[in-house]
Amino acid sequence: MRISRSAALVLGVISSAVMAAVYLPLVIVLINSFNNSMNMDWPPPGFTLDWWVKAFGSGGLMAALGTSVLIAICASVVALILGTLLALALSRYKFFGQESIGLMVILPIALPGIVTGLALNNAFRTVLGMQLSMATVIIAHATFCIVTVYNNVLARLSRANRNLEDASADLGAGVFTTFRLITLPQIGSALVAGGLLAFALSFDEIIVTTFTAGSGVETLPIWILNNMFRPGKAPVVDVVAVTTVLISVVPLYFAQRFTRETAK
Amino acid sequence: MKLKKVKALAVVAALSIALTGCAAGASNTAGTMLDKLGANEKSLTLLGWPGYAEDGSNDPKVDWVTPFEKETGCQVTFKPYGTSDEALSLFKTGQYDAIAASGDATLRLIAGGSVQPLNTKLIPSYTGVYSFLKNRNWNTVDGKTYGVPHGYGANLLMYNTKVVTPAPTSWSVVFDGASKYKGKVTAYDSPIYIADAALYLMKHQPALGIKNPYALDDKQLAAAVTLLKAQRANVGEYWSDYLKSIQSFETGNSVVGTTWQVIKNSMSAKATVDAILPTEGATGWSDSWMIASNAKHVNCAYQWLSYIDTPKANAAATEYFGEAPVTSDACQYASAGFCDTYHAGDANYAAQIWYWTTPISKCLDGRTDVKCTDYSAWTKAWQDIKG
Amino acid sequence: MTSNSSVAGAAIAVTPARRVSSYLYNHAKLRLRLLIAAPVFWLGLVYIASLLMLLITAFWSIDEFTGNTKVIWNFDNVTSLFTDALYSTVTLRTIGIALGVTVVDILLALPIAFFMSKVAGPKVRNILAISVLLPLWASYLVKAYAWRSVLSNKGVLQWILEPLGLNTPGYSLFGAAITLGYMWLPYVILPIFGGLEKVPGNLLEASSDLGAKTFTTIRRVILPIILPSIIAGSIFAFSLTLGDYITINIVGGANQMLGNLIYTNVGTANNLPMAAALALIPIAIMFVYLGSVRRTGALNNL
Repeated sequence: MRISRSAALVLGVISSAVMAAVYLPLVIVLINSFNNSMNMDWPPPGFTLDWWVKAFGSGGLMAALGTSVLIAICASVVALILGTLLALALSRYKFFGQESIGLMVILPIALPGIVTGLALNNAFRTVLGMQLSMATVIIAHATFCIVTVYNNVLARLSRANRNLEDASADLGAGVFTTFRLITLPQIGSALVAGGLLAFALSFDEIIVTTFTAGSGVETLPIWILNNMFRPGKAPVVDVVAVTTVLISVVPLYFAQRFTRETAK
Repeated sequence: MKLKKVKALAVVAALSIALTGCAAGASNTAGTMLDKLGANEKSLTLLGWPGYAEDGSNDPKVDWVTPFEKETGCQVTFKPYGTSDEALSLFKTGQYDAIAASGDATLRLIAGGSVQPLNTKLIPSYTGVYSFLKNRNWNTVDGKTYGVPHGYGANLLMYNTKVVTPAPTSWSVVFDGASKYKGKVTAYDSPIYIADAALYLMKHQPALGIKNPYALDDKQLAAAVTLLKAQRANVGEYWSDYLKSIQSFETGNSVVGTTWQVIKNSMSAKATVDAILPTEGATGWSDSWMIASNAKHVNCAYQWLSYIDTPKANAAATEYFGEAPVTSDACQYASAGFCDTYHAGDANYAAQIWYWTTPISKCLDGRTDVKCTDYSAWTKAWQDIKG
Repeated sequence: MTSNSSVAGAAIAVTPARRVSSYLYNHAKLRLRLLIAAPVFWLGLVYIASLLMLLITAFWSIDEFTGNTKVIWNFDNVTSLFTDALYSTVTLRTIGIALGVTVVDILLALPIAFFMSKVAGPKVRNILAISVLLPLWASYLVKAYAWRSVLSNKGVLQWILEPLGLNTPGYSLFGAAITLGYMWLPYVILPIFGGLEKVPGNLLEASSDLGAKTFTTIRRVILPIILPSIIAGSIFAFSLTLGDYITINIVGGANQMLGNLIYTNVGTANNLPMAAALALIPIAIMFVYLGSVRRTGALNNL
């Protein structure tokens, strides 16, 4: 499309302004991680590296980080499997109840987290008599992560060339072989994108987690919440935020490249 | 036929005996007290306010759990909670051996049968605890002690010395005189804050007949709610965590309202604030460690209760959290001036504090001719106040 | 799988896997059932059943003394949703904020997504795509507290606005709405960007060849195509705001939202039936919303 120069300029200016506004609070977080006031006074009265040293020396923080990563990986894997199965079923077949299933898969994310959390908490504890644990968090997270994988894969499948699958079958490949050699490569980038979003959703989730985590389970967001209530610990959480943002650049960059290349 | 019937009856009888056996086995500890300690179970799961059981994982220098683990062999798992109410729902899951509960939760725990009476003879350090913290209505019911103290403190009045002049001496600055600081008044975000209003009414409207701010009948609660609804119009924000309160006083978003001593101490040097105990007295908290009625590790739990009231551990725990220790011997282990700042052991100061107690329908002030409003009524009232 | 006789149709069946494979190939219905069995089992049993259990709880009551849930069927909780002024006030306030946040997020997301998709070169687009996603990795709580700092009387916003004769909104409903809008913006940009990527370039050229100006093309050609994506983004922003109770506590001043009431009832009052009854409100709102956008195909764009 030919976009007039002025229109492009206007869009560019708006985009830059919004992105600047998006990063302003993050810059403040970055600055506060070096703020020597433990109450994050503004402007910072002085500079310190204490919070960074403390953060990396904190066993509780590292344990919480590990817990969060573990939960996010497990939840994403479950979501990848279930979401892909569902997307394959709904894209390849027409059947009764298709719409209800489509609705069912988005409900866990479309309903507010407090509803999902409350419902699962009630079901786990009072109905099933289960003790809340790490497993209950994974189950809960996987439930609302399915939709990200499902939608990504479904979108890709609807654009994928079905003739390839038919050709593969005609040439004698079984359903598993066809899936492995034809379908999987086609949906690869969708799986990466969906899986990554699922991971991110699980990693930073706090509301559903609050309702489904057992006594010993401390995820990173819960650790952060608890630290807000501890005396003089506030800036340490800024270090955590800065670090997770910086680390996340790597997977995001590769995912972006991978998605682009396969999409071409 | 007959034989079959007898057999069936026998089976039913056997089953019911087995079932009642199970039921009894599950609940027999409620109401009974431990006579003597057995071997430590090697494991202990605790529930408490953040900072009540630090094991060095948040700050290697802050650690009073590891010495306990070494001494007793009980491996501690600790879960912190944010509010008394969250604590209650967590404790109900039955995963915890012991809980550090404030007075607004203890009676609910006792009434619900979640905690067991304690044999204080098995807790040697209990003898050193200030007597004004023992046998109080938030830790003792029908002569049975259910909790040993962890620490205590008052909900003070903090104000910005530059903005709030003249310096207040009464809570009236956040109630009747609050409109002067419209939008900059702050208050603790919990139904239990209704007691602060009740305490104020107790002193300023004697006609209402309030004798105990935690024992309010319908009329008295309504008066407190009216007062708080009027206050709501002037409140900038309610607070429930340290950081929020500290920040809003530092930025001037709040200039007057309730606070804790530890918050006042954490303010930066340039913040112009002071915190006082107003003439009416104040509400406050005295937290107790209690043992679950079905505790899986009851011996380790007893060891912990005993340990946390030993002078050194108690000094470390209360100083870290910012509240007064429960034994005078703790002061020699705390940093200089700590016990003075927190008025530790000052019985006169302590006497002005109305410690958080769960409001229940049986009036805590001894009235028997009326039913008092219970905590669920307070919760609904608190939601209405916030609107 | 089942028996050997049923693989007769497969001439080259030699290994068990091969047999299963060809059996499946010939039985499309079975294939479908196997595919959907696990996900439907999970969603149905874990989620829908839990949701229904919660709804049922709304019609129970609690023992006032011990706080335990009792199975006494009654409509008290649900009736109070309609009779108690508190609940309608808070519901309306929450819907208002959620709508505001959603509309603002869409208005902000549209130009960015459009710029990313149709104006920027591949390199800038990649950088922008990553920049949009990055803030999602800074903890929600940390961002909320960062906004607390920005919005305060001595914060950056005041510093920027003061010379203009304006003041920071401070800790208020407006402050909370800004913060919430900030939190959910990436969730709105992503589906809209995805939708724009699907708009064929030649369609736009055709439009401009026919004399349409850029903004006419956007309004008449692009918007209708990406409408489902916009709605998909709006579901995120709307639903996430509807259930929030943390941001409003941190930057919302003395106000409360629907999420606070639910949370207070389950956390503070330990009154699960009342919390369940209150949860019916966001559930009902979302069902109405989802029902009304179902036909647009938005639900496949989340």
